[in-house]
Amino acid sequence: MDEASVISLEALKQGDRQEFARLVDLYAGQVYRLALKMLNDPLDAEDVLQNTFLKALQSIDTFEGRSSLSTWLYRIAANEALMLLRRQRSEVSLGDSSSDDDHDDEYTPREFTDWCCLPEEEFLTAESRQALDDAIQKLPEKLRIVFVLRDIEGLSIEETSRVLGLSEAAVKTRLLRARLHLRNTLSFYFRERVAERKS
Amino acid sequence: MSGQVRCQDLLASLSDYVDGVLDEALCREIEAHMAACPNCRVVVDTLRKTIYLYHQMSKEPATLPSVVQERLYRMLHLDDYRKL
Ligand SMILES: [Zn+2]
Repeated sequence: MDEASVISLEALKQGDRQEFARLVDLYAGQVYRLALKMLNDPLDAEDVLQNTFLKALQSIDTFEGRSSLSTWLYRIAANEALMLLRRQRSEVSLGDSSSDDDHDDEYTPREFTDWCCLPEEEFLTAESRQALDDAIQKLPEKLRIVFVLRDIEGLSIEETSRVLGLSEAAVKTRLLRARLHLRNTLSFYFRERVAERKS
Repeated sequence: MSGQVRCQDLLASLSDYVDGVLDEALCREIEAHMAACPNCRVVVDTLRKTIYLYHQMSKEPATLPSVVQERLYRMLHLDDYRKL
């Protein structure tokens, strides 16, 4: 998006409320979706949304404009979401670090049913959409954030690496793992749909 | 990598392959391997489909529920600037 023509950084830094409202209008939807995909809970997502723009408002002075405004907002939002997840985890499971461990067998393909040929309406049912959302929640957080930024929000590898402060190689590795992990999860789900149709 | 691509090697290049950014020589090796290895062909096809399904999800407009928008604007003291 050509945000330069829409949002004036100069005006934002001078405390122009109208301009800040335009920034909110432009990006609140994307920030909310990111948070919702990361947290799977509307109230938590709203917390992240509000904190993101609050922090943006507080720190616009120190924003140097080296990255785009959207990259900057995504970075704040990603950090807020990851912080909330970490806080929840330490409350729920003291000492249990298994949720973020890398298990190689999650990425190695184990299911080889070809479910691509299911009729299109099969992928549009509420149940299938729920399966897609659930599959994202099964991803370790470090992979989930990369997948959400790259494949759902549509950022490039380069933008994703800037948002997360990771090398492009690290982003690519995590993206591959996330995609393979999701493919496994969805394959187990859609395998059943293929079986139902055959019976 | 020369000669035959094994299933494991193919896995490592898969993201680049489905994103269309893998160099041509490697693409040809992968395609040759898939022609001989039905499992890898299925993995590639279903991986593509997986990514496609999530892309579809992202095409739906990212809009805020109106109550969420209202609370956000109120919290930021932007009520006066809210578009109807
Ligand atoms: Zn193979």
